[in-house]
Amino acid sequence: MGLKENLHKLKMKYEGKKMAPAFNALHTFLYLPNMITKGGTHIKAADDLKRTMNTVILALVPCLIFGMFNAGFQHYAAINGLPEGMSFFSTAFWNMDNFLLGLVTVLPLVIVSYGVGLAIEFLFAVIKGHEVEEGYLVTGMLVPLIVPIDIPLWMLAVAVAFGVVIGKEVFGGTGMNILNPALTIRAFLFFAYPTWMSGDKVWVHEAVERAGTPDAISGETILGSYAQNSDVMYSLQDMFFGFIPGSVGETSKLLIVIGALFLIFTKVGSWRIILSTLIGALVMGLIFNGVVDAGWIQEGSKFFGLMSVPFWQHLIIGSILFGAVYMATDPVSAAQTNKGKWIYGFLIGFISILIRVFNPAYPEGVFLAILLMNVFAPTIDHYVIQGNINKRKKRLKVKTA
Amino acid sequence: MSKGIKVKKGLDLRLVGEASKELVSTRESKTYVIKPSDFHLVVPKMIVKEGGRLKKGDPIFYAKGNEDLKVLSPVSGTLTKIERGAKRVILRIFIEADAQQEETVYNPVNISSAKPEEIKKAWLQGGCWPFIMQRPYDVIANQGTTPRDIFISGFSTAPLAADVDFVLQGKEKEVQVALSALSKLTSGKVHVGVNSTSGLFATMKDIELHQVSGPHPAGNVGTQINKLSPVNKGETVWTIAPQHLAIMGEMLLTGKYNPERIIAFVGSSLENPKYFKTKIGAELDPIIQEIGLKGDNVRVINGDVLTGVQTEKQGGHLGFANSVVTVIPEGDDYEFFGWNKPVFDKISTSRALTFSWLNPKKKYELTTNTNGEHRAFVLTGNYEEVFPLDIYPLQTLKACMVKDLDQMEALGMYEVAPEDFALTEFICVSKQPHQQIIREGLDLMYKEIG
Repeated sequence: MGLKENLHKLKMKYEGKKMAPAFNALHTFLYLPNMITKGGTHIKAADDLKRTMNTVILALVPCLIFGMFNAGFQHYAAINGLPEGMSFFSTAFWNMDNFLLGLVTVLPLVIVSYGVGLAIEFLFAVIKGHEVEEGYLVTGMLVPLIVPIDIPLWMLAVAVAFGVVIGKEVFGGTGMNILNPALTIRAFLFFAYPTWMSGDKVWVHEAVERAGTPDAISGETILGSYAQNSDVMYSLQDMFFGFIPGSVGETSKLLIVIGALFLIFTKVGSWRIILSTLIGALVMGLIFNGVVDAGWIQEGSKFFGLMSVPFWQHLIIGSILFGAVYMATDPVSAAQTNKGKWIYGFLIGFISILIRVFNPAYPEGVFLAILLMNVFAPTIDHYVIQGNINKRKKRLKVKTA
Repeated sequence: MSKGIKVKKGLDLRLVGEASKELVSTRESKTYVIKPSDFHLVVPKMIVKEGGRLKKGDPIFYAKGNEDLKVLSPVSGTLTKIERGAKRVILRIFIEADAQQEETVYNPVNISSAKPEEIKKAWLQGGCWPFIMQRPYDVIANQGTTPRDIFISGFSTAPLAADVDFVLQGKEKEVQVALSALSKLTSGKVHVGVNSTSGLFATMKDIELHQVSGPHPAGNVGTQINKLSPVNKGETVWTIAPQHLAIMGEMLLTGKYNPERIIAFVGSSLENPKYFKTKIGAELDPIIQEIGLKGDNVRVINGDVLTGVQTEKQGGHLGFANSVVTVIPEGDDYEFFGWNKPVFDKISTSRALTFSWLNPKKKYELTTNTNGEHRAFVLTGNYEEVFPLDIYPLQTLKACMVKDLDQMEALGMYEVAPEDFALTEFICVSKQPHQQIIREGLDLMYKEIG
């Protein structure tokens, strides 16, 4: 094992130097460090933060690969017409043309996201002299999956820089942030460059360039269609499998469900948050269905389209499922108590659908709902913990009385 | 017997190297070492100088600020060396044993007629008081208080723990005397948690027995207190580890300080783990040699792998309070792609490509590797799975880290000891030193409030 010894010597050489965190970050990717326990427990469980983060990335990889194929598929479908009644393994989707187009459009997003974000992480680690924390490994993977396919790379770079510095590093890095960094990045893009983040032109490759030319193509998302009370041209099956326009990685509900099951099985993702988010969304959907059934909102109202969507279909349109599984479950920005997680998740689902229905201009409210609940998560926890504290006080009172 | 306690949350760590129920007597040790660090927050004031003579049972030092609290010599001999560290803190006190043993004998106490003060005095001068711990703060009990209750866990669920009944064999009389004496010191009861109805404590008088079941830390006294009757603000309870009861009882019966105890030598680095009869402060090397070591790169621990104290690899001595000595391999080596490849040979509570869930009965051979670097707290909800106390572990740890005394008090710091956070420390993905955080938090509270 020549490599192991050489790296060990290098590590000793760098020890205590400014660049040590940068070197160690790379070194620990190759080798689990030779650190031993000092004081406290003499043995430790097998998991470290790298393994945990790696598990989330594993759960995201299918979404990324699907996103690449879908990028190509949507582009060609917009030009040549949508094939009807595809099964999940249809070769009309899984073919080389689709993949290559997806590769050249999606891969740069991944590279920019990781490149810029990790550069900032390394910089802060070296300046502040702490180890490079792994949180960005997941954020860097999430970001390309939640942006439109044709987003200019410089915009993404600016947003990532903003998100990592303002969303995370100013609070002290991984573990200290209040907002989910990936969603901070998306929110920055959404408010700084709204024309690139919504509408019917950004979801399909080249739709923007072709706008106004004879070759114009359109890529309305399902939510957009509903919000404008126009007909939705995708079948439920397409929605579930993910053969629809949308952000890069959020379209395939099937793969997200598989990812969710993996996260829950590995105990890395909180099943409480995922489940309660979905319950919250369903409840809000049911309420709106009830409103429509009661006749309070008539056809022709601008809210009618989304309000009349059968409640369960809310889960397979838009990005609520992706948000529930990969975003809401971020342990740092979510509620930290088990009871709190139920409340937190429920409100995310509830508010997501609320924003979705009442905001026809920008009908995707999931990321706003999650960011909002990120802010309220400490408050939720506060009251949950207060319950425990009160129980203790009451016990004391009974004793002394 | 009261209704049972069922502990649901927790984790049994199954390790290689359990001691076989075989008892070996050892030769008399040549040197004995007392470490003042075994007596938390006690600042030793030496009674005997270097070169001074000691009989077995003579006091070596007393606690600064509490002259009655004494630590006795386990052997008659010469105090050869006082080893000091930074700021002249006493690290180790060496005593060389005489060939001819002499003994200081104190007055025995007649339990049936003794007043609480007489019992306290006997244990204080007889060097047994440091065995009694109190909560809040997990420090040596203040002899001026009358505890609400006294708690003893009659069994251990810690990894590779010694069997309490085996360790106390032949000492039934002494244990009973100690228990009866303790029952006179409290306004409440002496609660003993047991895991079987047929053990040593089942027939004891003057106690309240509780049947406890469940995974580790069901055998921790802190868990049992929390389930039975948690410590409120302003209350004090005492706790005693069961292995001390024999020494405490013998002091009352005979007036003699008998530091002899049965110790389980365990761990995957030992060839043939078994029980040895030895004394407090005795040399470990001859025993470890007799058992046989696997490999050279090992760690010797006074105590179990979760809460024990690392001692010298060579020339180590038995600690004051532990009933187990664990020897496990050091893990100071790199592991190629150790952070992402599937793991079959380590314990994990997650299933993140770790497969210990497949085979819950398997015994593991764990090293001292941390399996990752220290990080900020990130994951939530995982500590609660192994933490049976009605307390929020993560929030309590964070309150300790920021020294928020009000919050620490409100969250239940009066109820806990560092050992209660051993399992959460073991599974911590961020490799945070939970026990140290809690210890420092308790010390801060003790200084500021207690």
